[in-house]
Amino acid sequence: MATAFPFSAIVGQDEMKLALLIAAVDPKVGGVLAFGDRGSGKSTAVRALAALLPRMKVVAGCRYNCDPGTKAEFCDDCRAWAEKGALKTVQIPVPVVDLPLGATEDRVVGALDLERALARGEKAFEPGLLARAHRGFLYIDEANLLEDHLVDLLLDVAASGENVVEREGLSIRHPARFVLVGTGNPEEGELRPQLLDRFGMSVEVKTPDDLPSRIEVVRRRDAFERDGAAFTEAWAKEETKLRKKITAARERLASIVVSDAALERAARLCMTLGTDGLRGELTLMRAARALAALENAKTVADDHLRRIAPPALRHRLRRNPLDDAGSKVRVDRAVAEVFG
Amino acid sequence: MTAALACSDAVTAALLFAVDPVGTGGVLLRSRAGPVRDRCLAAIRAALPLSQPMKRLPLHTGDSRLLGGLDLNATLLAGRPVVERGLLAEVDGGVLVLAMAERMSSATTVHITSAMDAKETIVERDGLSLRMAVRFGVVALDEGLDDEAVQASLRDRLAFHVDLNGVSVGEAEQGVLEGEEIVTARERLTALATGDELIEAICTAASALGIASLRAPLLTLRVARASAALARHAEVEQDDIALAARLVLAPRAMVFPQLREPEQPSGPPPDDGSVDDEKVEDRDKADIERALDEVILAAVQAALPPDVLAALRASAGRSQARSQGKAGVLQKSGARGRPAGVLRGDPRANAKLSVIETLRAAAPWQPLRRREAAMSGGGSSRPRILICKEDFRISRFKQRSETTTIFVVDASGSAALHRLAEAKGAVELLLADCYVRRDQVALIAFRGSIAELLLPPTRSLARAKRSLAGLPGGGGTPLAAGLDAAFALADLTRRKGQTPTVVLLTDGRANIARDGAQGRPRAEEDAMSAARQLRAAGVTSVLVDTSPRPGPLAERFAREMGARYLPLPHADATALSKAVLASVR
Repeated sequence: MATAFPFSAIVGQDEMKLALLIAAVDPKVGGVLAFGDRGSGKSTAVRALAALLPRMKVVAGCRYNCDPGTKAEFCDDCRAWAEKGALKTVQIPVPVVDLPLGATEDRVVGALDLERALARGEKAFEPGLLARAHRGFLYIDEANLLEDHLVDLLLDVAASGENVVEREGLSIRHPARFVLVGTGNPEEGELRPQLLDRFGMSVEVKTPDDLPSRIEVVRRRDAFERDGAAFTEAWAKEETKLRKKITAARERLASIVVSDAALERAARLCMTLGTDGLRGELTLMRAARALAALENAKTVADDHLRRIAPPALRHRLRRNPLDDAGSKVRVDRAVAEVFG
Repeated sequence: MTAALACSDAVTAALLFAVDPVGTGGVLLRSRAGPVRDRCLAAIRAALPLSQPMKRLPLHTGDSRLLGGLDLNATLLAGRPVVERGLLAEVDGGVLVLAMAERMSSATTVHITSAMDAKETIVERDGLSLRMAVRFGVVALDEGLDDEAVQASLRDRLAFHVDLNGVSVGEAEQGVLEGEEIVTARERLTALATGDELIEAICTAASALGIASLRAPLLTLRVARASAALARHAEVEQDDIALAARLVLAPRAMVFPQLREPEQPSGPPPDDGSVDDEKVEDRDKADIERALDEVILAAVQAALPPDVLAALRASAGRSQARSQGKAGVLQKSGARGRPAGVLRGDPRANAKLSVIETLRAAAPWQPLRRREAAMSGGGSSRPRILICKEDFRISRFKQRSETTTIFVVDASGSAALHRLAEAKGAVELLLADCYVRRDQVALIAFRGSIAELLLPPTRSLARAKRSLAGLPGGGGTPLAAGLDAAFALADLTRRKGQTPTVVLLTDGRANIARDGAQGRPRAEEDAMSAARQLRAAGVTSVLVDTSPRPGPLAERFAREMGARYLPLPHADATALSKAVLASVR
């Protein structure tokens, strides 16, 4: 893959960029779904995020990106190595794994390594995309067109954080916790509600309609295409700044205080909107905390909740076909009601 | 439908495309198969350097052939997995020709568009994991009639939209440029400078034409550059921009451009000579920019007869809603559906051998079998991989016949307007439910003297919402026409291998006959015969009586239709959708 378009050079699309940054700060928020117009830079933003992420520590040689810090979650390999002696660690870029449409099940969950099986008659497991995406991001472009059986697989693994493979006489389980990022165009069909629910945040993306930013988009895109290296170089400083911001926010995250009052407001907001389950509150709280960390605040303020409510809640509303207002409007209405 | 380019422009488009196939994305050729189209393709072929492949993608190409996968023959021979490159990888550096692009399935379209965007393909199939750089241009052959059109996502990425319908063979001139000229033009392409004012002018013009996509100005820019390179201009000149605007922007225009009145030298000039140079320069620059805008808009305007735009605006909403390539889904349905795992068994008539699983099953036994074969003295011509009958694995697919629920909504004056709102709500609720079950929904409304297909079978809530919002009410009740339309659609659905279900919402007070004549008795008679048609075809149906006081009239229709009768005088949308769901199952 050629160099990615720099994240900081993306014009506008603030909500999408913010959601992606929040997901980068706190993976527990649970991923981002960006739905919207064609050619508005959804895929570009996700690929740009990959280049932006700080590197992470893994056990050297581990096929599942095990974290040397958390012994309890080691895969079988790492556990065996750890018993023998000290583990070597290496720094790797955070994986952003593409789940392309048309992928087959065996590649997604992993399967018998055909090459070794045929050539040497060995029974070995070849990890799939889910293993590769552990502790990183799993990106599905055109998520609404993903085949049903793959969606089922994803739902199961995303819920349990563990991939269990029972096929071809193999019995393997390995950790697979990833941030799910999906993009799509609503014209081509809806997302299955179960999958929709797995995304922590959902943003609506629109092509900018004011002339100056449209011109700026085309200008930057053109500059990037003509000389990618120079363009990336010119934005390198901004990128470094943003990367530092993410790293700093991650460190601050644990120390951010979420007051009882803020929790109560979050709960009231969800009740007003009638969201199903408690996932709405949890996501809202986590996302607001990550946002506070990003902005170097010490506590979660109303303003954080207010700003993060639309992406965290808009896809959790019950559909009301007679209410023609968009989901953003409904969330805004509820926010106005709760926060006054 | 898009307004498109005439024949002479088609040749120019072919040349410019050849100069920068990847940058300009491609050409959409709307034309029936025939000598004119062949010539156009030949012109593109002639303009491309010989080393560059031009491959044809037939309509129903499977994923394995398109993306690549396991090469069965080679794998068996070599005894290790061998990759077969897909068409997308093979066409790298050249041009992909999409046959009957208007019927291409959305899955195939996505594979192609994402390869165009990322300039690479990612294959995660059959135990293989590959990333291959691919750069190619696309020629989409669109044989669509009327509303049928290539998917918007693909159309958006192709710079040139050419319509050859109505061009006679005699008019079609051959391309006259040969490969070498193109090669040198390509070399010049990278050196061409384009100023910011150019980009601004193009964006401004695109906005003025009501073009929402940002790909259009980008494509215009690239086409202008290709044109400058071809014409050996040192930089992109006005002619190039005008040409690019005519080729790229004009066919996409949604509104008629408003040319600004040429401004009179404004008022009294600044009194003395104290105006600093900077300001003058600024104004000069602004003038140039404005001039550029005007050039672009004028070029577009010249390419657009006004009536084309009117027609275009009228059809814009509809053509978007028209769905694509349903035939593709139908063809594949035999071996499609939800894969339900693999099974040990013989690959007989209809079963599909799962090669990869078969190999996996055979793999562990290889050393053992080889030893055995060696002991039994099986010569040197042994195959590399020994596969026995018990290794065979066949793929199973859970094929649930798709259901298409056809809503036939009485939008006449007698069905009061608030009932219409309920019907709309119910359709949306059902659609949400249908999505979960992968069912489709279609909507027919009848009022005045005709029935109209408002929503062709779809799963998209966004589309359904749009067409529902635009559903007006009032007028007569042409029940017969509505039922006829439902019957036709049900028949079509069935031929696609799906199961139609008709949900009719009416008060049963027909007053317009089939031929549009008024009068209750004839209208009722026609409606009865239309209803019997549905029963004869054995279509599952439900009749929801929406009149405030449910009467025997609607019930009689229900009997004739063989439909379940649901009197729902006070139902709201939720109750209605529940009732319909219950009776459909």
